[in-house]
Amino acid sequence: MNGRVFLQHDAILDLIQGMARLTLQQLAERGIDDPAMVGIHTGGVWVARQLQPLLGITTPLGELDISFYRDDFTRIGMNPQVRPSRIPFEVEERHIILVDDVIQSGRTVRAAMNEIFDFGRPASILLVTLIERSGRELPIQPDVAGLQPPLADDEHIRLLGPEPLELRISGHPGAREPA
Amino acid sequence: MKELPRIHVRGGRLIDPANGIDDPLDLWLADGKVAAVGSAPDGFRADQVIDAGGQVVCPGLIDLGAYLREPGFEHKATIESETRAAARGGITTLVCMPQTEPVIDTPAVWELIRRRAKACGRARVLAVGALTQGLAGEQLAEMGALAASGCVAVSNGRNPLASTLVARRAMEYATTFRLPVLLCSEDPHLKASGVVHEGAVATRLGLPGIPAAAETVAVARDLALTEHTGCRSHFHTLSTGRAAEMIAQARAGNRRLSADVAIHQLFLMETDVDGFRAECRVDPPLRTHADRERLRQAVAEGEIKVICSDHQPHEADAKAQPFPATAPGISGLETLLPLTLKLVEEKVLALPQAIACLTAAPARVLGLDLGHLAPGASADLCIFDPDAVWRFHASEMASAGRNTPFDGWEFRGRVTHTLFEGRITFKLERP
Amino acid sequence: MRGDNLQLNEAGELRHFLSIEGLGREHLERILDIAESFAVLPGRQVKKVPLLRGRIVTNLFFENSTRTRTTFELAAKLLSADVINFNVSVSATSKGETLLDTLRNLEAMHSDLFVVRHAHSGAAHFIARHVAPGVSVINAGDGWHAHPTQAMLDMFTIRRHKGDFAPLRVAIVGDIQHSRVARSQIMALNTLGVTEVRIIGPCTLIPAEARSLGVHVYHDLDAGLEDVDVVIMLRLQRERMEGALLPSAHEYFQRYGLTEKRLERAKPDAIVMHPGPINRGVEMASEVADGPRSVILQQVSYGIAVRMAVMSMILGARGGEA
Repeated sequence: MNGRVFLQHDAILDLIQGMARLTLQQLAERGIDDPAMVGIHTGGVWVARQLQPLLGITTPLGELDISFYRDDFTRIGMNPQVRPSRIPFEVEERHIILVDDVIQSGRTVRAAMNEIFDFGRPASILLVTLIERSGRELPIQPDVAGLQPPLADDEHIRLLGPEPLELRISGHPGAREPA
Repeated sequence: MKELPRIHVRGGRLIDPANGIDDPLDLWLADGKVAAVGSAPDGFRADQVIDAGGQVVCPGLIDLGAYLREPGFEHKATIESETRAAARGGITTLVCMPQTEPVIDTPAVWELIRRRAKACGRARVLAVGALTQGLAGEQLAEMGALAASGCVAVSNGRNPLASTLVARRAMEYATTFRLPVLLCSEDPHLKASGVVHEGAVATRLGLPGIPAAAETVAVARDLALTEHTGCRSHFHTLSTGRAAEMIAQARAGNRRLSADVAIHQLFLMETDVDGFRAECRVDPPLRTHADRERLRQAVAEGEIKVICSDHQPHEADAKAQPFPATAPGISGLETLLPLTLKLVEEKVLALPQAIACLTAAPARVLGLDLGHLAPGASADLCIFDPDAVWRFHASEMASAGRNTPFDGWEFRGRVTHTLFEGRITFKLERP
Repeated sequence: MRGDNLQLNEAGELRHFLSIEGLGREHLERILDIAESFAVLPGRQVKKVPLLRGRIVTNLFFENSTRTRTTFELAAKLLSADVINFNVSVSATSKGETLLDTLRNLEAMHSDLFVVRHAHSGAAHFIARHVAPGVSVINAGDGWHAHPTQAMLDMFTIRRHKGDFAPLRVAIVGDIQHSRVARSQIMALNTLGVTEVRIIGPCTLIPAEARSLGVHVYHDLDAGLEDVDVVIMLRLQRERMEGALLPSAHEYFQRYGLTEKRLERAKPDAIVMHPGPINRGVEMASEVADGPRSVILQQVSYGIAVRMAVMSMILGARGGEA
């Protein structure tokens, strides 16, 4: 596996503990008492599985594969590892916590929200990500983020897992695109 | 009319199978005829010398059973275009099939074709007249008139006859005028809507098949009728090994019985149709490897004495269809000699025997004083370089029909000159 | 086709879907895997995904088949593609317009994908050879040759019920000779590596050299059903009785019709399939068609997911080419 280790399993679980506290705070502020949770394949599902018990959510976890909703389908084609999306609860009028591992451009979250709406009209969506990094291309911001590491544009951060979880950074900090 | 040049063909290897000649001999041509072979006639002054050093000089080829498409199907080809293609292929005599529009069932149609061919002047065109009126298979054509006007044989082509009785009567009636009958033996009911050989490839591609029995059933019937009627039968374009065997067997009791095979049947097989290759759709269909080997053997053993091109030029649209809707046939004049020479290269035939299959043998089937080069014979010559290696390209064909499965094939042996009645009708431009 | 990669682009992705022949196990398994993801969509409030938004799919049917056309249309619409239905009657083409003329006219409408049904074997290959570079073709049935999406939905059905293909013995019963579905099924089953494919029918309905397809041939239904895991019944066309291929529907049912009693020869958990529509009392008894081992209705619903999978793979693969 390329790149250097940025955070290891235990440190990531500590981050998720912190995210849980912030999420509960947000839920309380909004007066939400029975949210359901949806993770985005693949890293988002791993994070959501850790986060869910910490929030005391008993509704089964929803899992989204946004392959059919990608806006770059015409350029990259069909993802060969596509899996069925499953939301094992009624989305209509439900408060949903949407979980992903890394938010960068915001396009994955847009696709995920589109897909959630095709299951029904939720009452609200709260966005929680493990990593919030630079590079946004859409006006989408997480409500809760575990960490905001300073990364150069050509550095990539990836969550590996699920057992153990590990965050890795690849690419060269400070490298410049050739003119 | 312009005086014909007096030509000296010098230094070639003369192969004249009808006269048993295969020697380095010169030829002298005058007045459209062979003036002398081996030593110059007294006082002969050549207007022109053709240097045939290192080349084979043989009688111009006779292609038995070509479709020239004129009149009626000029969008496919014309006598003009096809005689040009014939000259390129070393062919000096084309025996055309009666499937024109109108059909060659009256002397008038034949007369029209003869005049057109004469005007083109590149090859002799002879006609096979229709066996039945309009080739409809019901009423006999006026074979007496056709024979009198010069048709060299009669045939119903691949159009079926209404009944075995019509077949019997037609063969009997043709015998009255000693007309050879060209038989394309095929049972129309067994053929039905078939488009390829009924075998593994048809099964895999889901194409309607033509069973080998469609040919063998009809050959058996026609052999029985030949015996009964005494007809001078010639079996045209055989495709199955079994039919070749049946004919070999029948020839034991009837040496006048003859048969030919289209040259593509000696190279291609049912597997060549794979991928829905319309250029390999022919009638009768390409059959199995065993059939091909048996047909090659029959030619080698002299049971099938004639090789023809079964020339069927088509416009591009005729092949640009889903396979079952395409027209069968190959535009074959320009590959007849190259492919036959490949049989020599593959040691199926000796060179003189191969040339006999294209010259003396078809002449004998039709009872024509052609296909040989004795003094006094028509100066129809094919001169080819047996060692020239070249690649055949459909895009360079002279025929109006470029429907060939041999595009891109490499051949050894290339026509350099064709002479028809003492005139050069084709000369290879050296690059 | 022999060394002919018409169906695949340079990256080895599906560019056209014309025939099972020429595709590898990995291609077929990918179709099935992706179809799994589409199979769950009907459970949602909005059954559509936006994958093929802005793409145009043209159903080009030279042979009437409302059923097949509808499933392709629905599949395209669930992928958010726009659909044009074009039924070309035989009389229109016999008026001198060639198939290529028809194709050129339709290409002017900027279709991305043609779904082609034609009575002539090889028609889809022919069209695929002549379409503009960016345009793809799916064969929705050509003559007796192939009907690959039908075969793949049958494979999907089998996998859903049986899991692994390797241990399976599959019997295909009926008019093999005139069946494009059977040809595609046989090739798909062999590509996916089943233990045995059997074809069962009278000699008049078994093609020449059938064994070359990689099957065992049976003329006796009872013997052929022995120990099979899957029974696929084929539809019998009425015109077979006229072509001297069969004496009567009655005799056909007596010899080759599937009944509960005959099904006892198969494995106890054997499933029964039929591409539909069923001739009850000809190919099978109603008790079988409506019985517990029949999966015929599920086949229909899986057909949409499989066609969505094929369409999305093909139109997705075009990106890889650019």
